Amino acid sequence: MNRIDKKFHDLKSKKKPAFIPFITAGDPDLQTTKALILEFEKRGADIIELGIPFSDPIADGPIIQASYYRTLVRGTKVAQILDMVSDLRCKSDIPIVSMVSYSTVFKGGCQAFIEKVCKAGLDGLTIPDMPVEENLNLFEVAKKNDFKIVCFVAPTTTDERMSLITQYSQGFLYYISVVGITGTRDKLPEDVLQNINKLKKMTKTPIAVGFGVSTPEQARLIGGIADGVIVGSAIIKEIEKYLNEPSEKLVNKVGEFVGQLIEGSKG
Amino acid sequence: MGTTTLKSKVQKHEGSCRVTGFPDKMGHFGRFGGKFVPETIMPALDQLEKAYLEAKNDPAFNTELEYYLREYVGRPSTLYYAERLTKKLGGAKIYLKREDLNHTGAHKINNTIGQILLAIRMGKKRIIAETGAGQHGVATATAAAMFGIECDVYMGEEDMRRQSLNVFRMKLLGTRVIPVTSGSKTLKDATNEAFRDWMASVRHTHYILGSVVGPHPYPMMVRDFQLVIGKEVKKQILEKENRLPDYLIACVGGGSNSMGLFHPFIEDKEVKMIGVEAGGIGTGIGQHASTLTSGKVGILHGSASYVLQDDDGQTLPVHSISAGLDYPGVGPEHSYLKDIGRADYVSITDDEAVNAFHECARLEGIIPALEASHAIAYTMKFAPTVSKDKIIVICLSGSGDKDSFEVAKKLGYKI
Repeated sequence: MNRIDKKFHDLKSKKKPAFIPFITAGDPDLQTTKALILEFEKRGADIIELGIPFSDPIADGPIIQASYYRTLVRGTKVAQILDMVSDLRCKSDIPIVSMVSYSTVFKGGCQAFIEKVCKAGLDGLTIPDMPVEENLNLFEVAKKNDFKIVCFVAPTTTDERMSLITQYSQGFLYYISVVGITGTRDKLPEDVLQNINKLKKMTKTPIAVGFGVSTPEQARLIGGIADGVIVGSAIIKEIEKYLNEPSEKLVNKVGEFVGQLIEGSKG
Repeated sequence: MGTTTLKSKVQKHEGSCRVTGFPDKMGHFGRFGGKFVPETIMPALDQLEKAYLEAKNDPAFNTELEYYLREYVGRPSTLYYAERLTKKLGGAKIYLKREDLNHTGAHKINNTIGQILLAIRMGKKRIIAETGAGQHGVATATAAAMFGIECDVYMGEEDMRRQSLNVFRMKLLGTRVIPVTSGSKTLKDATNEAFRDWMASVRHTHYILGSVVGPHPYPMMVRDFQLVIGKEVKKQILEKENRLPDYLIACVGGGSNSMGLFHPFIEDKEVKMIGVEAGGIGTGIGQHASTLTSGKVGILHGSASYVLQDDDGQTLPVHSISAGLDYPGVGPEHSYLKDIGRADYVSITDDEAVNAFHECARLEGIIPALEASHAIAYTMKFAPTVSKDKIIVICLSGSGDKDSFEVAKKLGYKI
């Protein structure tokens, strides 16, 4: 059974939402990324969203873009990221889903790319710039490999598109809680609950909410209505604070921050 | 590519592949095109496509568009016989399609007038755009001023430096120019930022993309708004020469002026089409912007096309003396025309372009944009190899006034 499915299955029986922290692979370096994943797992994170950096992200905000840039100028390659994941699999079984641009998936040969990342130990991909209808075949390839392609639903998504996307999304459904790019915001928009309820009627696939979740209080609110809480920019911002510190300190401090978010989400 | 091999290549193609009727419903031109964008803007693209197709078939919309193109832009632009250039080169007869004579000095305004009318029709309250050389930014700012709509233009810091005159023009027109400091600080980064803005503002903002790139329906829609170039050329050349031209030559960055010129001739198999890319200062990574001549198929800014990228799909740095050609991607329909052999693509270096800039100024009294200078430079190599009874039409896509500072700098002049 795919690790993502198993995780949501376990959490369902505990009636707890999944907490899903996002970090960029290789920011500030791959060893630290690995240490951060293990630290997050230790503190109770359920699934890791691992960003594969891309030179021209249009779905991500300035904070995540800056972290992509930091790691790309260091020369981080997809192959090195996958080596790190393989390595990590000796120590951890935490589900990992990677956010990756379709540019990278396409360049890697789509099917070949899925097989390669699956073999390395990733459990799924979110491809923010690949609408479902552009590559239906990829979902078949994923199915054959017991791999998940997680799709996005936005507040602007029409009912017609919602029903298409819910048919295809695997593992979970990623609900973008604000119109716009990733980033931290002061309060949650009002249409979140309404749309989550609408989606729940359309699918049994777990629904995780991301984009704009930045505080333990917001994590608690989202945890109360969704099956998963995704936090990205706020964690990257925390990492930024310790870029010039020793790796252990960065891991510890960011771990503490994530620990608070986890507590909030499970509250 | 040598001119002889090019000639044989363009001559052997007799168009067995389908050339018209593209794109399909999903915006694909064969294996190119599509809509590779975040879900947030998918509904906006659907809405835009629907609104555009309705407008396209609405006589009132077309009448209005024609009115502004005629009365405000100054169309039709002339098709001018470049007699001294022709004589100097000693080969084919050369005509210049004078898009530099349009209001704002380039072909870009054909598209911005069309899109702003569409935005108004859709009830959008704000306009955003990206710009490289600043011609599209100025054209957008101009249309926005004329229609009284709020406008923000994203421009890379590096391009703002190279094109400070256009930055000032945009500001004069009441547009806010937002400097882009991420990545290479050029056109591709400005495009990223414009998309990002649009993701957050899509409900009330229309994004006027300036070239035949991006997700569907942009490559189709921008092409359609630029078709006026080729349609006029067809009419004008028939009046002057009573026959179609043998060669169409235009520069290709994203590819809007070339597509506008080429497309109306696409079924006239005897008319050969040559797109000229920026060869920059060499063939190494970061030295040129020759996407079609040396790129591979990939995804950038919402569509599949030839792209300059590495084996992880990361965009590679590009260079051209011309800010308008300094782009690592190209319109998907050009990629398709290349694949089926209907158009051919070549590249011209910075130095060759600057030389052509001079030649055109001195021989014809026309200072061409550095972008268009690439098309002239290729013609200077190509025309002498073609007999005098052949006709070449070059799209002189814009005026070189904006480039005076950059060229002066390159030549060591202080102005």
